[in-house]
Amino acid sequence: MKNQKKKNEFLYFALRNKKLLIGTSVILIFLVLAIIGPSLTKNEPFDYANPLGPQPPSSEYWFGTTFFGQDVFSQFVHGLRATFFVGAIGGGIGTLLGMLIGFVAGYRGGVVDEILNAITNIVLVIPTLAVLLIIAAYLEVRSIFTECIFIGLTAWPWVARAIRAQTFSLRTRDFVDLARMSGMKSSRIIFSEIAPNMMSYLLLAFILQFGGAILFAATLDFIGLGPTNAISLGLMMQYSVLWGALQLGTWWWFIPPGLAITLIVGALYSMNVGLDENFNPKLREL
Amino acid sequence: MRKYFGRKLIIYLLTFFLAVTIDWMIPRFMPGDPVQNMLARVSASTNATAMAQLYEYYSHLFGLDVPLWQQYLNFWKSLFQGDLGISVYLFPTPVAAVLKRAVPYDMALLLPAVLLGWYTGNKFGALAARSKWLDNTISPLSYIITATPYMWLGILLAWFFGIVLGVFPIAGAYSFRLSPTLSWTFIGDVLLHWLLPFVSIFIVEFGGWAIGMRNMIIYELESDYSHYLEALGASKKLIRRYAFNNGVLPQITGLALKLGVVVAGALVTEVVFSYPGIGYLLLAAIQNQDYFLIQGCFLFIIFGVLIANFGIDIVYVLVDPRTRRGMTGESA
Amino acid sequence: MSLQIENLTVHYQTLRGDVHALESSTFNVRDGEIMGLAGESGCGKTTLAHALIALAPPMKFVGGRVLLDGEEMPIWDTEKMNDFRFQKISIIPQYAMNAMNPIRKIGKMVEELLKSKKVNPKSVMADMNMKLDLVKLPHEVLGMYPIELSGGMKQRMVMVISTLLNPSLLIADEITSALDVASQKAVAEMLVMFRDQGCCKSAIVITHDISILYQIADTIMIMYAGQLAEKAATKTIINSPRHPYTKLLISSLPQIGVKYVENQLTGIPGKPPLLLHPPEGCCFRERCPVAFEQCSQVPPFIEIDKDHYVACWREVGSNA
Repeated sequence: MKNQKKKNEFLYFALRNKKLLIGTSVILIFLVLAIIGPSLTKNEPFDYANPLGPQPPSSEYWFGTTFFGQDVFSQFVHGLRATFFVGAIGGGIGTLLGMLIGFVAGYRGGVVDEILNAITNIVLVIPTLAVLLIIAAYLEVRSIFTECIFIGLTAWPWVARAIRAQTFSLRTRDFVDLARMSGMKSSRIIFSEIAPNMMSYLLLAFILQFGGAILFAATLDFIGLGPTNAISLGLMMQYSVLWGALQLGTWWWFIPPGLAITLIVGALYSMNVGLDENFNPKLREL
Repeated sequence: MRKYFGRKLIIYLLTFFLAVTIDWMIPRFMPGDPVQNMLARVSASTNATAMAQLYEYYSHLFGLDVPLWQQYLNFWKSLFQGDLGISVYLFPTPVAAVLKRAVPYDMALLLPAVLLGWYTGNKFGALAARSKWLDNTISPLSYIITATPYMWLGILLAWFFGIVLGVFPIAGAYSFRLSPTLSWTFIGDVLLHWLLPFVSIFIVEFGGWAIGMRNMIIYELESDYSHYLEALGASKKLIRRYAFNNGVLPQITGLALKLGVVVAGALVTEVVFSYPGIGYLLLAAIQNQDYFLIQGCFLFIIFGVLIANFGIDIVYVLVDPRTRRGMTGESA
Repeated sequence: MSLQIENLTVHYQTLRGDVHALESSTFNVRDGEIMGLAGESGCGKTTLAHALIALAPPMKFVGGRVLLDGEEMPIWDTEKMNDFRFQKISIIPQYAMNAMNPIRKIGKMVEELLKSKKVNPKSVMADMNMKLDLVKLPHEVLGMYPIELSGGMKQRMVMVISTLLNPSLLIADEITSALDVASQKAVAEMLVMFRDQGCCKSAIVITHDISILYQIADTIMIMYAGQLAEKAATKTIINSPRHPYTKLLISSLPQIGVKYVENQLTGIPGKPPLLLHPPEGCCFRERCPVAFEQCSQVPPFIEIDKDHYVACWREVGSNA
């Protein structure tokens, strides 16, 4: 009965929270577009569909065509898929890794914590883009999945820090002590007492990682270190600049991808804030 | 306090050591032979023996003909002598000289953009925290700005102001027809070229810091000391001032953490505007497989970030009295 | 009369409706009187304190008047109240240990606080030093940061700051709750000393620890579920209470030296009502051993003896 009430209270506030609603709706719109989009167009992203080369948006080519006569809309919706994929997987890897490291550091404390903390700080300080540049530049073939791994391996310190702090505070809370005193096994304590309290933090962390992964992937793609056999929103921007979109004024090639990224990441941030307000009653506006 | 700095120094030294090692290692363990590549580009001779001799000569010149461990030690040695090798891509210019040419452009772009963005962002965030009206207009805008990828904003600005309006140039640090002199035309031209990339980085920084500060202030306004001052009827100005002073501290540490992101952002912005900074150089070096230039750029970036981190740590100690007094008193 | 409260009603606004935290309270506090305010958690004592000094959302002013030294205090108007705060009415908060700005030297903070209230810091210096001596704090403490002080020292410092401008009314909100017994004694004695030395004219001491009140309060007021139950001189409350709730409360206090096997601790069966939809009439009705039909109406808080107020229908008859 109490759990039911709690869930309802959560939903009640969740549905009324503008930021959460707007953010989620925007993401859903783009998600739907990414899923059904490719079936709306008969052209593949790299097909030289239009013999006339770069053309502004028209009824035949909704987003116009590129320098090579490729269908921008096709590139866009396929790129959306890649972007979502990288965001989810890359962000997911980062969250998982950070959660593991942060949690172990926070729960164990002592020497383990010192070492893990030092590693976290080192990875934080190094401008990871520089490292990635060098590594990625020497890999002949790069897949989307490789990009996800890169992103995950460099994004985890943020999550680790947050989870570690939260673990510290939870570890000393009364209910954990109670569980320990009543003889509960360590792993059970972790799963049944600590984890539920972390859920909200993990969700928030994942959303931020998702957004960060998308931005970072766009950066990598743009400077030419993206996947070598796919299309993504960042790659669209790279190609457009490479092939003189600025000088030729083919704005339809670079505006949609950048706009999409901005809107998606913005929506994610909005969801994050909305959820935060939801989880923390003090922040709720009456 | 000694413990605080001691710890930080150890981490920085470790990081530097690790970074230098990675820097040295990666180009050498990746596929491809730099000397081969260089030779393939520069000479068209098909004479096998001549090529072999050239290969030997350059290998020796670049120090690649000694065993790996010796190369490693040599690397450290020359590092301390300030010798970063000779650029393959821009042969025969020494890497150090190439870097020196690029550094001023980076500094000119990064320092003002980051510092100004941080400062004005914080001030604005504080303003937004106290005015409901401002908050409702600025905050959503700031979220959108932070969500904007650096390069897209750069592209937009370049396209709109550079092409559509034709007001600003969008390539290089100064017009190709001018040569560097201390004349007003030249300085004006440099500024013209500098403005768009600067604004691009500045705006994204501004958005991020504004949001952060706004949240910090709201958090500080809920603290016990704020409530106490309210109960004693202190002026709103005083309460806000205290909230700001307390809220700005995590923003300082935040700046140190964000440096990596800013460097990445500066890099892509330089690419968009063909601005000859270190980032742009690094990219060119990678595309041309110039070992030494890559190493040099990377080292420089790492070194710069570490120094900046250390500087921020010093500033933090000066600003937060708690780090100076240490946690030696009871806190409950 | 130092403080006069007439029919003060304050509610908390929540999504599900108004919580009737304080209902039509009327009482007085004289010049020089230290009144203890006691009751269970949630009875309304903190609401009363906050309503007097910092009425802010989610609290809602519903009605009533507050007069301090004959002047009406506009507690519903946060701006206008600033003129009263610190000078006429002041508070030692429950969170005293964290009440000072952690990154400002204490002396500097006080100086800035005074300046923001248009008071010349120099004019209060001598007074400050005197008060520091009263609480046995060295004058050097003004040059320190809060983090350098112990918990007890911080509490005493806050006591000095709150009484710096010699307010008419000082509210002490649970100032002994977080302290060990020896510190409790010191702090309680300091409070009496402040009143005796004129650092404040009268005081309201909020606590659930009646034994402290026994030591320092002149009068005690008992509250229950947002309503006033009884107010009388300390000795009267402890030795001859008239309200059924007070009687049960006093009798359930453990006594030193009496063992559980000899004399079992009694409590009061039941729980206080939720104030979202308060019961009609006297809130104590359900748990009261002597309730009758008349109790379905709110009993008036009337004087049945000299300076002895009770809100109970059973006692109304005895006044005649």
